[in-house]
Amino acid sequence: MKAKTENHAAVPQPAPRPAVKIFGVGGAGVQLLDMVIGGEFTGASYAVIDTDGPSLAASPAPVKIQLETKLLRGLGTGGDPERGRALAEEQFATLKTACEGATVVFILAGLGGGAGSGISSVLARAGKEAGALVLAFVTLPFACEGNRRQQQAQQGLDELKAVADGVICLPNQKTFKLIDENTSVLDTFRITGGLLLESVRGVWRLLTRRGLIQIHFDDLRALVHDRHSESVFACIETSGAARSREIVEKLLAHPLLDEGRALAEADAVLVSLMGGKDLTMAEVNRVMEQISRQCEQAQIIMGAAVDETLKNRLCITVIAAKNAVARAEVPADTPDQTLSRGASGRMAAHAIPVAPPLNLEQREQIMSRRGARVRKPGSKMLQTQLPLAIISKGRFDKSEPTIHKGEDLDIPTYIRRGVALN
Amino acid sequence: MFDNSNIIVGLEIGTSKICAVVGESREGGADPAKSGLNIIGLGQARSRGVRKGELVDAQQAEEDVRNAIVEAEQMADVEIRSVYLGVTGGHIRGFNNRGVHPVVSADREITEDDVQDVIKNAKAINLPTENSVVHAIRQHFFVDGQDGVTNPVGMLGSRLEVDMHVVHGNTNRLQNAIRLVKGMQLEVDEIVFNGLASSLALLTNEQKELGALVIDIGGGTTDYVVYTDGVIKHTGVLAVGGDHVSNDLAYGLKVPLSRAEKLKLEHGSALVDDAAKGQTVTITNELGLPLKTVNIEHLRRIMSLRLEEIFQLVTQDLEQLGLLDYLRAGVFLCGGGARVPHIAELAEPILQMPVSLGQTNSVSGLKSALGQPEFVTGIGLAKFGSFKARKREGRPSLAQGIKGALGRFLQRS
Repeated sequence: MKAKTENHAAVPQPAPRPAVKIFGVGGAGVQLLDMVIGGEFTGASYAVIDTDGPSLAASPAPVKIQLETKLLRGLGTGGDPERGRALAEEQFATLKTACEGATVVFILAGLGGGAGSGISSVLARAGKEAGALVLAFVTLPFACEGNRRQQQAQQGLDELKAVADGVICLPNQKTFKLIDENTSVLDTFRITGGLLLESVRGVWRLLTRRGLIQIHFDDLRALVHDRHSESVFACIETSGAARSREIVEKLLAHPLLDEGRALAEADAVLVSLMGGKDLTMAEVNRVMEQISRQCEQAQIIMGAAVDETLKNRLCITVIAAKNAVARAEVPADTPDQTLSRGASGRMAAHAIPVAPPLNLEQREQIMSRRGARVRKPGSKMLQTQLPLAIISKGRFDKSEPTIHKGEDLDIPTYIRRGVALN
Repeated sequence: MFDNSNIIVGLEIGTSKICAVVGESREGGADPAKSGLNIIGLGQARSRGVRKGELVDAQQAEEDVRNAIVEAEQMADVEIRSVYLGVTGGHIRGFNNRGVHPVVSADREITEDDVQDVIKNAKAINLPTENSVVHAIRQHFFVDGQDGVTNPVGMLGSRLEVDMHVVHGNTNRLQNAIRLVKGMQLEVDEIVFNGLASSLALLTNEQKELGALVIDIGGGTTDYVVYTDGVIKHTGVLAVGGDHVSNDLAYGLKVPLSRAEKLKLEHGSALVDDAAKGQTVTITNELGLPLKTVNIEHLRRIMSLRLEEIFQLVTQDLEQLGLLDYLRAGVFLCGGGARVPHIAELAEPILQMPVSLGQTNSVSGLKSALGQPEFVTGIGLAKFGSFKARKREGRPSLAQGIKGALGRFLQRS
């Protein structure tokens, strides 16, 4: 019923399309944007931002912003996010102009390197100051890429979360469960990129497609605005008679949603359903009923649309946002997060304040640093804080560990709780 | 002696001990109070092949089971042919499922067939392929949404629903224990979740009706079962138990595990009282020479934290399900862990309801077995068996049926 009335209202006075600007930041971002440009995003404008000239030159994006300063001698950031940030601060005005006129800014980036981790948060701030809603779609590096990149990515993510309205984050490591063993490195990156793109597409569809049940831009804005949340997402496609049941099952088993746990923890969930012409209201209802049962605490925004090309198939995109504050209360983090936190030692606080703008002197100082020798002295000392399994579990050493909400209960309670025996 | 028909044996392959309980179900005739279970034998052996309630060394465990069975046979003077086998382990889960069945007959009267159908529907659940069902226990029926129907046969309605509590676990791990017992030329009548067995031994019908929680703190696992309105509402296993306490002590006090075990039994307590402050105990070797001095306060602190955590985890689980407010009969503890001094006082503020040590009820026999918290599960297994046996007898053969009818007729005249 509701859908009908909304449709009627929409016919005489179509809602103005939000102006979307999609930015690719850093090497990975530029490549992601390549994939985006080939896609279905008609009406959006594109721009790429990088410190590296050649990568920009290869990009088909109409607007290219190269952040450059004499001090770097055209060598890029060298994997140092602080340099990336300093550069972006210097060119803040340029970034802000680039964001002018947009109502929504999408930032695509791979975190972990210098440009992606450093520039994204500054760009997000520029976008906000230009009055746009900023959504960032980022990947986190694979575990094999090393501790330093993990740490930089985590820091970048925290900074980004503090600034952007919403961050949709794809830890590459989790995609291992989705790809089979024989996938080549090239394909792997293409798949992870494709996954991230899928979420961009999901949001895009929500914003632009005329639907059976329309999500207005305002809804999205209200949902993510100033939440500074980190989101996970999943895209699933099924076909056949039992597709609506199957889709829920697949959704709850999806590795990116932590087998459905992410839904239970989420406080805002965005669901976009797409089907062929044969999409029935009963199916929409069935899927939504299941999802809302899974996430009782969450505010759910849903949209359903018909795409004639999707014959007999059903396609769902779910984005679940965890509130940053709520997350800090959860005592047990996922193992990869504890790892990165343990490695950096002092990064315990989840809510990182917005990084203050750097002044000229600081910027030059950072820029003039050379090579690995001048890395922060603290980073060398990190080794002592690696989460080594120094606590022997005694007789349970060899047996299957009893993990309860991420806590290993075989380790003596007094040690886990940090009770000192004098 | 040779008539084994009413001999029921419960076998629990636990982490710290293996115990076989031999019971004899008595026919009380018309007086239900007289019918019940009489415990006539008990065999136990130290368990060496089990960790966290699951087999890790089958050969070792087989030897121990044999010892326990032989001891029980000798004491009861019977030959054990089949057992009710208790199972536990961190893989066991319980959940509630609802089955729906539309009543199609013209007069809308619910028949026995409808009841069977709805139960079948409720049992059709989506388990992971590697899991199998241990118990499917009927809770309540709903007729057209009307709650709390215990027997809907003969009622009118168009929609019959039933809630089931399903306990399931990993098939292979469950089979391990069954295979072990079968390998000893013993039959397994049925497998029973240990927590369920304990609750059967401890709770009276009235307590089940009021709502009660049974926590069985064993050597390797803590099993818990929640009853409300007379039916099982929730079951759970936490793979943490007395072994963990000993292990914590061994680690924290830097003593060998066997010594930690002994210290736990001799000086352990669930509460750190003021009297223990600064007290120490000296460990001596076999020659009486002092080896090490252990601080009693530390010992109790370590123990108390571990036990406190167990209760907290159980409480959290029940809180999530919103069951805490329905436990009007309180909490009953059993298992070896219930022997720890002051454990009820530790649990009470965490669960915020009266906590007591469970007493086996409507079971008679060996006084030495009945009062011990660690034999509750074994007794419960035998009791489960006696219920099952009685149910089987409840469906008499034709000849017995005629005999019974004649008997009643004669009595009346």
